[in-house]
Amino acid sequence: MADTALIDGTRYQRALGWLQPHRIVLILIALAIVVYCIFALRWDWVPNYLGLAAQGIWRTIWLLVLSCAFGLALAIPLGFVQVTGPKILSVPALVFCTIIRGTPLLLQLWLLYFGLGALSAQYPWIRESFLWPILRQAWPYGLLALTLSYAGYEGEVMRGAFAGVPRGQLEAGRAFGMSRFTIFRRIWLKQALQRALPTLAGETILQLKATPLVATITMMEIYGVASRVRQETYIIYEPLLLLSLVYLTITGILVLLLRKLESRIPVRLG
Amino acid sequence: MTAVEVDASPGTGGSAAAEAIHIENLHKRFGPLHVLKGVSLSARDGEVVAIIGGSGSGKSTLLRCINCLENPTSGIIRVNGEEIKLKPDGHGGSVPADRRQIERIRSRLGMVFQNFNLWSHMTLLENIIEVPIHVLGVPRDEAVATAEKLLARVGLAEKRDVYPSFMSGGQQQRGAIARALAIQPRVMLFDEPTSALDPELVGEVLRVIGDLAKEGRTMVLVTHEMKFARQVASHVVYLYNGLVEEEGPPEQLFGAPKSDRLKQFLRNIH
Repeated sequence: MADTALIDGTRYQRALGWLQPHRIVLILIALAIVVYCIFALRWDWVPNYLGLAAQGIWRTIWLLVLSCAFGLALAIPLGFVQVTGPKILSVPALVFCTIIRGTPLLLQLWLLYFGLGALSAQYPWIRESFLWPILRQAWPYGLLALTLSYAGYEGEVMRGAFAGVPRGQLEAGRAFGMSRFTIFRRIWLKQALQRALPTLAGETILQLKATPLVATITMMEIYGVASRVRQETYIIYEPLLLLSLVYLTITGILVLLLRKLESRIPVRLG
Repeated sequence: MTAVEVDASPGTGGSAAAEAIHIENLHKRFGPLHVLKGVSLSARDGEVVAIIGGSGSGKSTLLRCINCLENPTSGIIRVNGEEIKLKPDGHGGSVPADRRQIERIRSRLGMVFQNFNLWSHMTLLENIIEVPIHVLGVPRDEAVATAEKLLARVGLAEKRDVYPSFMSGGQQQRGAIARALAIQPRVMLFDEPTSALDPELVGEVLRVIGDLAKEGRTMVLVTHEMKFARQVASHVVYLYNGLVEEEGPPEQLFGAPKSDRLKQFLRNIH
């Protein structure tokens, strides 16, 4: 009893200690801004666009999740061959990563959509194929561009992570008769991913903020929805404010999830 | 796969013990550097062979050639009577010709490294069951039971769920010995097992190795601990500049060395 009282006491004191005058002022200012925004700005358009916004948020999320998943799946071999060779694989991987990292994502997106998309439309056998209903939409190009971009950046990250695994760790695998594939699967890949995880977490958040670019190729994700509100209602500022709140929220959730993932690695590596 | 019997000591089995390790005229070149210049070595079942020598004499390289962690340039290596098939690598050296064979041979040689090389992303227990499960195909519960016995034996029972980076060097090395024992090795290979340890931690590791020697395990041991070599070895090999300068029973080598270089070496050590 006395112990819990003591703990409660210190917790209370700590909370009091945190609540210093300058913090109180800042909190009040923030509250005032929120209240001002609620009452002084126009929000009457929101109900009309709720459905579209929900759809847009959903699109943003699956675009992020799929492009990161596919991108990482590509990045692992891209990074690995740059460490192990042979040259016939490592040079193309290096060239790919350099091109992706050396050109703007917007440019890649447009090249894919207006280039590849327009090109494929010229061939009847593509137009007649069962894939055409998918290929004539915008999202395959958006997803492809974001995937390739993530793969290019993370390929470099994985290259460093693979190279950073100490030789002795792999040598121990060899010394006990592990096959090359077992060494890769059980030791090399796992340690490389653990090393890369903090960087990958940061890059995933960057990837979220790259997704609005697909609005430029007519994909209606959440940024696209905000643009549409502006075009249809001539309300500019409010949708953008709400949009930043949406991105902030998704980022917050992402950070929490990734931090949980990172905390599951209790190892102090090398 | 039968149950692993930890306590069974692989006895010498009669007077004419079979040859566990046989090395004949082994050469190893690292580029222009001629490290081993025709070394022959033999370890019978139940024998403890200690390899001593100054730094750069090639003793570690010799040990690492036994399981082809270093590919010998030329020579014959036989493990339990089976010759390791080698083929030319096209650069004047040789590499194992049959990957399966070398992996099978390695999986019965318990290697202990100077720098422990416990896998840093696994707990101690996971380290020990890794090879039995993923290389030798032992069922998991059986591997865990064996691992727990081995951990108790090296005095690390309470460290089973601890990651290597949270253990002292001596604990890591004892764990590494348990990992090597878990594969039921025909021969234990020790590559300077105490060289990376703080002086006060050397004793605990030597005690474990000494116990293994007493129970009649076949071991090849590269070491700087002359007193220890004298106690546990049944045969001592002194390497100088890539050649066997002198070899024989420990009493003879340490008590009455014939070679001037060995005399000089022993004077410098003590």
